[in-house]
Amino acid sequence: MSARITGDDVAHVAKLALLDLDAAQVEIFTGQLAAILEHAKDVEALDLDDVPPTSHPYPLVNVLRADEVGPTLTNAEALASAPQAEDGRFRVPTILGEAP
Amino acid sequence: MSTAESAIDIAAAIRAGGRSAVEVTEAHLARITEHEPTIHAFNEVTAESALAAAAEIDRAIAAGEPVGPLAGVPIAVKDNLCTKGIATTCSSKMLEGWIPPYDATVVQRLAAAGAITVGKTNLDEFAMGSSTETSAFGVTRNPVDHTRVPGGSSGGSAAAVAAQFAPLALGTDTGGSIRQPAAFCGVVGVKPTYGLVSRYGLIAYASSLDQVGPLANTVADAALLLEAIAGHDAADATSIPQEAPRLVEHLDDGVAGLRVGIITELMGDGIDPDIIAQVRAAAEALAAAGATVEEVSVPAVSHGLSAYYLIGPAEASSNLARFDGVRFGLRVDAPTTNEMMVATRTAGFGDEVKRRIMLGTYALSAGYYDAFYGKAQKVRTLICRDFATAYERFDVLLSPTTPTTAFEIGSIADPLTMYLNDTCTTATNMAGDCAISVPFGTDAAGLPIGVQVLAPALGEATMFRAAVALEAAAPALAQGEPDHR
Repeated sequence: MSARITGDDVAHVAKLALLDLDAAQVEIFTGQLAAILEHAKDVEALDLDDVPPTSHPYPLVNVLRADEVGPTLTNAEALASAPQAEDGRFRVPTILGEAP
Repeated sequence: MSTAESAIDIAAAIRAGGRSAVEVTEAHLARITEHEPTIHAFNEVTAESALAAAAEIDRAIAAGEPVGPLAGVPIAVKDNLCTKGIATTCSSKMLEGWIPPYDATVVQRLAAAGAITVGKTNLDEFAMGSSTETSAFGVTRNPVDHTRVPGGSSGGSAAAVAAQFAPLALGTDTGGSIRQPAAFCGVVGVKPTYGLVSRYGLIAYASSLDQVGPLANTVADAALLLEAIAGHDAADATSIPQEAPRLVEHLDDGVAGLRVGIITELMGDGIDPDIIAQVRAAAEALAAAGATVEEVSVPAVSHGLSAYYLIGPAEASSNLARFDGVRFGLRVDAPTTNEMMVATRTAGFGDEVKRRIMLGTYALSAGYYDAFYGKAQKVRTLICRDFATAYERFDVLLSPTTPTTAFEIGSIADPLTMYLNDTCTTATNMAGDCAISVPFGTDAAGLPIGVQVLAPALGEATMFRAAVALEAAAPALAQGEPDHR
């Protein structure tokens, strides 16, 4: 398989996953993830070249319903648990450095 | 009344008018009030709505109106299943205080069957763990021994049933999260066939593996509950579009001629010898009841754990991307949206959830996808094939549910060691098959042991028949043994 996971890898992955880790946490997680990935190496010895992947227990096809209007949440219900809402929409802080 | 009664007996007594649903609910709520401060099975006890629902059952019965098969039976519901108007937290700070605007399909079906929800049970955060120790709201204690974990992630549900807070509970099982806590607490736990029970309203961990299922004190109660929640649901695209198997009416069909295979790979290294001995005793009991028993090799089962801890986290990393502080749950304020999302996720998720999100993100990332996620998916194919081959010769398979009995709270600090709890259970989820854990004897310390019966997809009726036979043959608790419940 691949080389052992490094602290730089963990810091990069944390950034992709929108998580903020300090240096001490990066070190701890790196050791733990390395041990887990090392354990996963028992599959390395298997000859899997001709084996197709399985992503799901059953072969799934698209499941579609009739295109008819049914009951849905109201706008107010959908927004009831929002941290912040305004004018029937979710409100978030500044995006892309624009003024709010 | 006694809270030790089965769901079937409670339902029959209430239907016959011999007992009121309110009286039954009050008895269970009183037991919760007495022991919950020690056990901590629940994130929230819903006494008020439970008593109101019970009063409605009593009114319906008095008026001669038809009631459902679980009318008046108390049930505990895992806190990752959405309940309209009742907080649903996944035992995470991320969803603390979140009130869902709708009921999960299984919760709707429980209500239609007349069941009385007495509370939402504690779990490992977002169902990631084997001990309930990753819950943001504190650990649940094993009712059999308060110094030990109840297992997880459905530890609160297993403890609620073992402590007689309710005869029934709903859990969810992604890699063993119903069966392992059932084994640790000495109760019955069922992971149904993938697609048999709707996941609409289940907060997703790993979508190709998650399944909702019952926990109960008896096999028959578990079958009754599974019948009530199983069956096609148009709101879940993975729901099997056919009639659910009949279970209760076949429970006493016996095991004469049943072909039982003991999984060789799960009867050796890493498994507690006391547990292996009880699985052998269980196999002998099935043979004595008329089944034929042989050992069978299911080689890819040995790789189930490795593949699971790549596939599960990969799917989790995608599913948990939705928790970003925008639409629901926690928000930690920051000047820009991106900073707000990072601050929210960093504060809202605990370490185990972060670990799995990062593991999954890594396994899916450019340069590692083929080596990790791709390879795990191929191993999944081997697991499906090896089970299919075994089921050509056997009706059901037998194995331990767990490698050890319940361990002490705080005794496992290393994540990989914790993951080994799932050694015997993950392969079933990978294949989409069904399995049940039945209490069968204890170890030398008197802690419950679970024996696992596995069956092919939609093989529940046969699986339950074997489970009933095991339950009937299970050794009684030793004379004079203290009953901590």
